[in-house]
Amino acid sequence: MFDYNYPDQRGHFGEFGGIYVGETLMPALIEAAAAFEKYIIDKSFLAEFNSLLKHYVGRPTPVYHAGRLSEHIGGAQIYLKREDLAHSGAHKINNTVGQTLLAKYMGKNRVIAETGAGQHGVATATTAALMGMECKVFMGVEDIERQQPNVQRMGLLGATVVPVSSGTGTLKDAMNEAMRYWVEAVEDTFYVIGTVAGPHPYPVMVREFQKIIGIEARTQIKELIGRLPDVLVACVGGGSNAMGLFYPFIGDEVEMIGVEAAGEGIETGRHAAPLCKGTVGVLHGSKSYLLQDEDGQIKHAYSVSAGLDYPGVGPEHSLLKELGRVRYVPVTDDEAIEAFKMLSRFEGIIPALESSHALASALKEARSRSKDEVILVNLSGRGDKDLAHALAIIGKTTK
Amino acid sequence: MNRIEKRFAEYKKNGRKALVGFISAGDPSVEMSKKLIREMIAGGLDVLELGVPFSDPTADGPVIQRSSSRALAAGVNMGVCFDIVRDIRSYDADVPVVLFSYYNPIIAYGERFYEDATAAGADGVLIVDLPPEEAGELTDKWPGNELVVIHLIAPTTYDERVKLISTASRGFLYLISRTGVTGTGGIDIDGVGRYVDRIRRQTDLPLCVGFGISTPEDAFAMAGHADGIVIGSAFEKVIEKNPDNPDLPKIMGDFVRGFRGALDRY
Repeated sequence: MFDYNYPDQRGHFGEFGGIYVGETLMPALIEAAAAFEKYIIDKSFLAEFNSLLKHYVGRPTPVYHAGRLSEHIGGAQIYLKREDLAHSGAHKINNTVGQTLLAKYMGKNRVIAETGAGQHGVATATTAALMGMECKVFMGVEDIERQQPNVQRMGLLGATVVPVSSGTGTLKDAMNEAMRYWVEAVEDTFYVIGTVAGPHPYPVMVREFQKIIGIEARTQIKELIGRLPDVLVACVGGGSNAMGLFYPFIGDEVEMIGVEAAGEGIETGRHAAPLCKGTVGVLHGSKSYLLQDEDGQIKHAYSVSAGLDYPGVGPEHSLLKELGRVRYVPVTDDEAIEAFKMLSRFEGIIPALESSHALASALKEARSRSKDEVILVNLSGRGDKDLAHALAIIGKTTK
Repeated sequence: MNRIEKRFAEYKKNGRKALVGFISAGDPSVEMSKKLIREMIAGGLDVLELGVPFSDPTADGPVIQRSSSRALAAGVNMGVCFDIVRDIRSYDADVPVVLFSYYNPIIAYGERFYEDATAAGADGVLIVDLPPEEAGELTDKWPGNELVVIHLIAPTTYDERVKLISTASRGFLYLISRTGVTGTGGIDIDGVGRYVDRIRRQTDLPLCVGFGISTPEDAFAMAGHADGIVIGSAFEKVIEKNPDNPDLPKIMGDFVRGFRGALDRY
């Protein structure tokens, strides 16, 4: 049995995690950590959270055997955890229901969020609308350009989208700006972080709100195949869908693969793979693997998928890498696009580009494994938001 | 006693208020930066906060973000910052120099940080995103105690934390005047005064107030409560307005004299 009991009281996952922020935010984080600790074992909070997951989000999401795709590959059987079927189209909603509810229990009526692909922004805007809260979403101008449908959705849901033009105008900069705004409004505003990154308590909090994915998947796959799967695969940007799937399996004899975005290729420098190619540092409030130069300046991340385009990663993934419990592998833009096409063609499911990275890695694994092995892939989101972007790329490569 | 502690002890004795100034190291260029600092010290700057540029300065507003980008574009890294400190020591043996940094550039510099910083002549560090709870992982390994660690206190800091922070600090405490990032809004003198007085009851460390002080009048008014004032964005605005002006050092020196004069009138 794998001995695993993280984080510690102050949010450390081994040498990773912690709280590294300016003093103005420290009291708010200490308050959030205390509130989270209190409510995560509070019966009425949990009842409300679970009821919303069931009746609003539409949980449990199914586990589906991708039979035609598996047969085509001719190796291991591929199963999909269908987070794409969750309300608002991705796993992100599990976390925003949890955090927005927590904000409500703490007596706050304003939430802010950062977003890359827009999926977390949409999920936050959704739950803010549900709970009657004011909502501001910070988004890089580059991503606003790439993800118009989600920008329009957020507007319709009543959220204000704040364009961020500093830096590269992507997720990292949106997070910087959200933190700056939070410093200003910290007294009455709750910051809903979209992934298992950021200062304590966010990494543990988001994991706890997302672990429902793995809890469900564990039961469902047992019902379907009578045992646990051989391999779990999930994509890792910040890493919340992967933590959600992996966490309930950590003590099991199950292989785990976290898939990072290798962009144009891990050797080109144009990628978003801190666990495969980064070094340890502190960004956005916690210590973890980062893309940085030798002076500690943060490098630009690049991926075809705006949701993976982040130079850092959740600290718990850094620990799981060091412990050797999860294997982290890179998948390029091209491989992801190919998987995107294949799932659409063979199963009638159009996956998000993020999830396509996980799928691409699963396809590689499946090819080298026997037919009685089972690979469970977290299909973290649906591809509607990526259609225009992906089709443009596919059009270019097939001409 | 290191230079910072010595200076504040002296000022306490003769009732003088300290003028603490921040500029980003190497903004707009390394050579100009050295000249600027020399003129600022000649103009009456008491403590220099030398900003180590960082790509993602989340605690700073647009003015300091831009100055940080200019410094990075000018090729500044920790080594260049040490070089600037050495330059200061070539003509001034006494002025305290505090390295003002985010944590990541210090982690990246590695284990020789303490030795190299003290050898260059730096006296303290103020690491914006390193709270006392986490600071031990850096300072526990330091081979000496020549470099002091200055922590920040914010209006949101409750009393129990004030105790924790002042125990972890030496030199002085940096009181952030308002919740918000640097260089935004003005300053509510009475409100900040009450807050300084509240912290004063809990520590013997000298208290310097920063964020939102942009005129000699603000400085004069704050001198009634604090042991020193910190100017950052206002200095950076002067640099930003005169990027190619060869008279920039003189303009900056005169600007510093304005604040010096106000504090000396107190």
